[in-house]
Amino acid sequence: MKKSTKNLINIGLLILMFVVLYFLEQHFGRRSMLITVLKKGAIYALIAVSMNLLNGFTGLFSLGQAGFMLVGAYTYAVLTIPMAKRMAVYQYYEGGIINFTVPAIVGILAAGLLAALLAALIGLPVLRLKSDYLAIATLGFAEIIRAIIQWDTLGPITNGSNLLKTYPTFKSVIPVFAAATICIAVIVFLINSTYGRAFKAIRDDEIAAEAMGINLFHHKQMAFVISSFFAGIGGALLAMYQGSLQANAFKSSMTYEILLIVVIGGMGSISGSVMASFLFIACSEWWLRFLDTEMYLFGGTFKVPLMRSGFRMVVFSVVIMIVVLFFRKGIMGERELWDLFTPRRKNKEGVKQ
Amino acid sequence: MIDKMLPYLLSGISVGGQYALIAVGYTMVYGILRLINFAHGDIFTAAGFFMVYIAAALPVPLAIPLVVILTVLLGVTVERVAYKPLRSAPRMSVMISAIGVSYLLQNLMWYVTGGLAKQYPVIPWISDSVTIGSATTKMVTLITPVLTILLVLALVTIIQKTKIGMAMRAVSKDFETAQLMGIKINSVISTTFVIGSLLAAVGSVLYFSNYTSVTPTVGAMPGLKAFVAAVFGGIGSIPGAVIGAFIIGICENIIKALGYTTFSDAFTFALLIVILLFKPTGLFGEKTSEKV
Repeated sequence: MKKSTKNLINIGLLILMFVVLYFLEQHFGRRSMLITVLKKGAIYALIAVSMNLLNGFTGLFSLGQAGFMLVGAYTYAVLTIPMAKRMAVYQYYEGGIINFTVPAIVGILAAGLLAALLAALIGLPVLRLKSDYLAIATLGFAEIIRAIIQWDTLGPITNGSNLLKTYPTFKSVIPVFAAATICIAVIVFLINSTYGRAFKAIRDDEIAAEAMGINLFHHKQMAFVISSFFAGIGGALLAMYQGSLQANAFKSSMTYEILLIVVIGGMGSISGSVMASFLFIACSEWWLRFLDTEMYLFGGTFKVPLMRSGFRMVVFSVVIMIVVLFFRKGIMGERELWDLFTPRRKNKEGVKQ
Repeated sequence: MIDKMLPYLLSGISVGGQYALIAVGYTMVYGILRLINFAHGDIFTAAGFFMVYIAAALPVPLAIPLVVILTVLLGVTVERVAYKPLRSAPRMSVMISAIGVSYLLQNLMWYVTGGLAKQYPVIPWISDSVTIGSATTKMVTLITPVLTILLVLALVTIIQKTKIGMAMRAVSKDFETAQLMGIKINSVISTTFVIGSLLAAVGSVLYFSNYTSVTPTVGAMPGLKAFVAAVFGGIGSIPGAVIGAFIIGICENIIKALGYTTFSDAFTFALLIVILLFKPTGLFGEKTSEKV
């Protein structure tokens, strides 16, 4: 297939996706479960893909994603709360010290940029560490960021540990999908570029990659900063989805959830991460909901055992453990959805060996 | 000034001892499997819940040994189910599995308790109040450091003098060669988890006698801090982990005393990062060289 036809098909598919989304939203309504799951799923897809860029493609086992999301979410919220509402939101800090408001789109970009800037600073020391030390150091930085944001002295900016609210949000599913699609497309282009190949080389063998003339630190730093940029944007979108924001929610368990999504989808597969995100959100928010309510069979005579509040998450985490233990490649392994439709050139595997 | 600092210092030493008991579990598992056992903090929490439920039915002196046994069983089961099948897998897979177990245990505990905080039972004698100088504190504050040091000395003796201790040292030096020399690797690993969980159970009794309320996620923070203590002391080294834990416990409480409570958790991680940058092998860690 020629490249131009391929591009045409891709654009066609994207347009089709948005048309379908539009009709789904018209049909089910904006507050329906399906649309809610789609919104949250798209945001998680972006965040999972950004984490996969680091963990799956560059082989940097970072657990700092929640921290960068937090920075993004707060940057967005702080910058976009309307002037008229600031007094009410910052009631303990006399309206705060930020005397301007920016449009939502600028806020989102600022969220990404600030997260990226922070990543560049953190990356300087942290990226020299290896595997599990890197994991624990990034986890540590995420906790430090959370502590700083909740610090009273920064209250006039971050509102301390109080809720941030009344910033602009989205009502329709279309803008979320548009933002997530653009970001994920950028990551896909990056991975298919020279840089992407360098990332994969580093993942497969650092020493060999270095011997090939790849500047290890430069590329690791780049992957880290770009991943954090998109995590920041993801955080801003998540803040918009939630409608109110508190630093306490961005604990390390959030990073773990995203990591598990990446693993379920397959480390090193963008489409895997996207599918796993929707699956994860749909299961945890919707399809497994019935497990949380008591159920009676046979006209109310037989109470199904075990089913009560919280059972959903138990079943869910058992399923995740099964994937982690027995299906270590996840849904897609390292393949992509589009690889399944384009027949592989012969001999390709042979060359790889 | 001393009068004001004393209660903080005392609780620092006490919480340091409790971290130490958890940290030993981390450092031993890391020494042998090269795995950060993220589920260790949740096993610590589970020990807390075992106590809550068992003490409701049995008198406390009977409940404590039962709690210890159940915790050990849980620890060994986790190893058998979640880590053993991945013995030949890349290290990151095992770490992901540990994160998965942590997620599972937290959700399971949430399910069993309904997400509500449970009141930890009052244990006679160790929950009593005592007055030292100007500070009033619980008996547990005084018992913890003593008990910690006794347990750690016993453990070090086991590792230095007994056959299983020798096997553990061999396995942590070189996993594969130890296997070739006829050491039953699985029983050594199980023993490690038995000891780690046992100490975590004791630590949990002491910790929750002090902080009395148990929630499903309460163990995550002490768990991470104990891990930092283990890294700080030099991962794999038991005395290192204990000293690291005491330093972290004391510093954390001094920071609280100075009025920066928000940063008491962040301090631990800042310390971790400083240590990783300047002396990644920790205070007493062994040097490792990487081969191509």
